Amino acid sequence: MMEWVNDIIQGILTGGLYALFACGLSLMFGVMKVVNLAHGDLAVVGGYIAVGVIAVTHIPVLWSFVIVVPIMAVLGYVLQRTLIQASLDRGVLITLIVTFGVSVVIENGLLQFFTANSRGIGVNNAFITSSFSIGSQITIPYLLLLIFGVAVVVLLGLQYFLSRSKYGRLIRAVADDQEAAQLSGVDYRHVFGIAAAIAFSTVALAGIAYGMYSQLAPTTGTDTILLFAFAAVVIGGLGSLWGTLLGGVVLGVAQLIGAQINTSDEVLAGYIVFLAVLLIRPQGLTARRAR
Amino acid sequence: MSHPPASGGRPADGTPLLDVSELTVHHGQLRALDRVSLRVYPGEVYAIIGANGAGKSTLLRTIAGLHRPTEGAIWFDGQDVTKVRPERRAARGIAMVPEGRRLFESLTVEENLQVGATYARKGPWTIERVYEMFGWMAERRSQRAAQLSGGEQQAVAIGRALVANPRVLLLDELSLGLAPVVVQRIYGMLPQILATGLTVLLVEQDVSQALRVASHLQCLLEGRTTLEGQPSDVTAEQVEAAYFGLAQAGHSGESDS
Repeated sequence: MMEWVNDIIQGILTGGLYALFACGLSLMFGVMKVVNLAHGDLAVVGGYIAVGVIAVTHIPVLWSFVIVVPIMAVLGYVLQRTLIQASLDRGVLITLIVTFGVSVVIENGLLQFFTANSRGIGVNNAFITSSFSIGSQITIPYLLLLIFGVAVVVLLGLQYFLSRSKYGRLIRAVADDQEAAQLSGVDYRHVFGIAAAIAFSTVALAGIAYGMYSQLAPTTGTDTILLFAFAAVVIGGLGSLWGTLLGGVVLGVAQLIGAQINTSDEVLAGYIVFLAVLLIRPQGLTARRAR
Repeated sequence: MSHPPASGGRPADGTPLLDVSELTVHHGQLRALDRVSLRVYPGEVYAIIGANGAGKSTLLRTIAGLHRPTEGAIWFDGQDVTKVRPERRAARGIAMVPEGRRLFESLTVEENLQVGATYARKGPWTIERVYEMFGWMAERRSQRAAQLSGGEQQAVAIGRALVANPRVLLLDELSLGLAPVVVQRIYGMLPQILATGLTVLLVEQDVSQALRVASHLQCLLEGRTTLEGQPSDVTAEQVEAAYFGLAQAGHSGESDS
């Protein structure tokens, strides 16, 4: 019995990681209708940058995000204003092809320059590798708790930013009606760039978090991060920020329950839930009227 | 640039605020506007009338920068803005209330106005002033725009354009989809708006409404100018002929909406 409780707690906490994977994807889709197929690979890039930054600057592992997040934010703004905007101007479908191309380029670039070897972030760090116990059967890694906390803080921060700040308001306005925004003097391309910068910041956190939680390899971006992000977004409901946390938690719990039944069923169980939600409630668990 | 001379009775000696010359706009293969020219002088209410598909909205949208003309030029306040992006035109003082209101539906009334005021020029219009003009609006500032009635949405759309403190206000089919009494009320606000020194260029299918408020009139038919002048100088027959085309002149009624 306690094994199940342990699994569910672990699953919920893992959901925080998946929410970090998903919220950037959800934001990019919600604001500019871009399905960023390079999303996961960009997270891996963020993770690799963290590895490099830690090696070069000897910054404490957990603080590496202070450098990586701004780098990724700038990359997000630049990529949005150039490649993604250029493809958006040609039609939303073109962005699928272009971001897929970016994904392929990143994966092959990483393979070329960093080999297929996987690498972790902070593998010798005492905090990252240790856990605490409640009773005899419930073990909670500190890292997982931290990642969940970060996810909640990120989502709260995003919600506050979107609902209260000037740029948050402009982002929502542009998501509603680009032309009308232009008529009010709003350069939607700049606003898109800002939204992308924010999305890429969360992507950086996702990459670092996954590098600490597990290992990063050139293909991790598509075979794990992007897929789990999609699953979390679809389960939670497209374009809903808190939906990504709910979706992540459902996915995480489903995976751990699957693993409890049979270790090899872990990932499969997640996708079964994902497909079930698609079938029964295609709008996701948190259907929202407007956004 | 060659212009037909501005017709009599207007401040033709002054500088036009908006000077559109020989504007041709294509939608794909379709020629939506065919060498349309107009000059709007400060303080005017310039009305463009015409039936559905006459090119009225295309003209306004091109002036706002949402369409690129194939030929012709748009001068605003003595500067060529033909290639200026719409958001930059807004910053220079061209604001438009688009057809169908086009509010930011997931935003509240107040947020809609705040977006309009984000890149505002200096001037008399503030969100507070809009609230004063439309008495009901302040109370409902926290409501989502999507929850408002059509007439209320139109008022917010006008407010959103006004808080940018434009020099010229483009109004695209204010009456569309609204009850006549609501249309009357909205047009009734025009004097207050003009009193702050604004110039208005409006497009209207409802000819009688346009004739009531306009100081200058231009009629489009299939993308071409068929009539231009002051409302006092044109007869109802002339308007009708210009509106429907000479071949169909003699039909009664003035609008299909």
